[in-house]
Amino acid sequence: MSTTPSGMPSVSPPAAPGGAGHAISIRNLSKAFGDNIVLRDISMDIEPGQVVCVIGPSGSGKSTLLRCVNLLEQPTSGKIWVGNDEMTDPDVDIDKVRRRIGMVFQSFNLFPHLKVLDNLTIAQTKVLGRSLDEAKKVARHNLERVGMADREDAFPSQLSGGQQQRIAIARSLSMDPELMLFDEPTSALDPELVGEVLAVMKGLAAEGMTMMIVTHEMGFAREVADRVVFMDGGYVVEDGHPSQVIGDPKHARTKSFLHRVLNPMVIEPDDIHPDGLRDAISDLAP
Amino acid sequence: MTTTTARPPRAGMTRRQRAKVTRGTQYAFLGLVVLFLALKTDWKSFSDSFFRLDVAASMWPRLLTEAIRNTLLYTLLAFAFGLALGLRLAMMKLSSIGPYRWFANGYVELFRGLPSLVVLFMVAYGIPNAFPGFKFPGDFFGMVTVGLGLTAAAYMAETIRAGIQAVPKGQMEAARSLGMSPGRTMFSIIIPQAFRIVIPPLTNELILLVKDSSLVYVLGVSVAQYELTKFGSSFLVSKASPTPLIVVALAYLAITLPLSSLVRALEKRFAKAR
Repeated sequence: MSTTPSGMPSVSPPAAPGGAGHAISIRNLSKAFGDNIVLRDISMDIEPGQVVCVIGPSGSGKSTLLRCVNLLEQPTSGKIWVGNDEMTDPDVDIDKVRRRIGMVFQSFNLFPHLKVLDNLTIAQTKVLGRSLDEAKKVARHNLERVGMADREDAFPSQLSGGQQQRIAIARSLSMDPELMLFDEPTSALDPELVGEVLAVMKGLAAEGMTMMIVTHEMGFAREVADRVVFMDGGYVVEDGHPSQVIGDPKHARTKSFLHRVLNPMVIEPDDIHPDGLRDAISDLAP
Repeated sequence: MTTTTARPPRAGMTRRQRAKVTRGTQYAFLGLVVLFLALKTDWKSFSDSFFRLDVAASMWPRLLTEAIRNTLLYTLLAFAFGLALGLRLAMMKLSSIGPYRWFANGYVELFRGLPSLVVLFMVAYGIPNAFPGFKFPGDFFGMVTVGLGLTAAAYMAETIRAGIQAVPKGQMEAARSLGMSPGRTMFSIIIPQAFRIVIPPLTNELILLVKDSSLVYVLGVSVAQYELTKFGSSFLVSKASPTPLIVVALAYLAITLPLSSLVRALEKRFAKAR
């Protein structure tokens, strides 16, 4: 997969300039870790209120794309706007822009030394300058939203993974973000805990939150997303409505990826052929 | 096909039985040694020199009001100074700015490599010579604080650096994603977690300082500045009895043992908060 995918189509860059009215604008974004090129000339716009699921095999660059949006990864080249702020401008006040971008991690990353309520208030008081009383009010409201109102005095280590992830979502929401980024929010969860987190995210989508979600949950993407982006080898291969990208994929890479994800137990005759198997394995772990 | 005769287990014992016999033999030997020493010891002369209650009583109450008080004071002052400096050095070691790193690395290598006694001596006599007219704030106590704290800071810097690096990278990412500045992230998120990790090694440092505080005697202290060791050795001379050393040893234990249990309590308290 990391070999030159000459036939790989890149979705043509949108014509409109970055910034104007979009929630996120990405132009000609490339990212390399040393010799390893992870993102290749990505351009896309995400509109306010849109719920975008980014899918693709591991190593396809989808997490890196998400992390570039709030500059947890520094792009190698290209430009990114969040609202009217250019994240890639060296003079941008990155801390100020990040306040408006909620981020939810695969490994939750709650602050283990703080109780649940303090996890939600610390950034409000230290970053937004809210009073502790006001911050607690906002925090309790958001704990209510994620169904965790009764656990505000717990430490993160006393909670299940699903509960921790819901707290992490509430922590981001307490900053009143304009948009939320989710980096495989359910990948570290036991299967029976995935549902409660997806339910919270579905509720957020229904409230009109702008969301960019890297996920392997095809059912969620099909049901909740306005738009699904399939990435492979650092390219955006397909980008469209879930009924099209998941329901009726155009590109062979999308088809084979979805086929494997939706039917994990099925081994195609092609896969058993030494070359086919090698390709199948390299798709999974490039 | 050759028939191999299974070797019979020695004396028909199982492995567990053999282990029991071995252990029993060791205990029996230990018992004999203790018994031999107890019978051979001249208990009368031993207690006459090492456990003279009248000598021990004569050390009271100055043992508490001067010796233990001063030992604790020197220790805590040096610890506080060392911790404050060590924390800064740890941050410098992790800095992206080269000169900061070089300075901190040089400092740690230098002060970790020198005997505390030499450092204390240089601070007490070197600095006043180099800067005539300079007086430490807090005078003698200030001098001791710096003299012992400089060395302690070198050790603590290494410990704290390791603690900071042991905090998962995701913590920094989560805090920065919430809009916290690098400094705010360090002080509100990373360092509180790092300290929970380094409490046991820092206690070690504190206990070492309790004992290093005895080095203060080289500075030619006045009677009111005696710490435990100097206090004990002065009685050793005046009473011509080794009993004061036993008293001093017990006093040191009375300081360090509670410290150890305090740390265990702290660790237990933090167990769920990490």
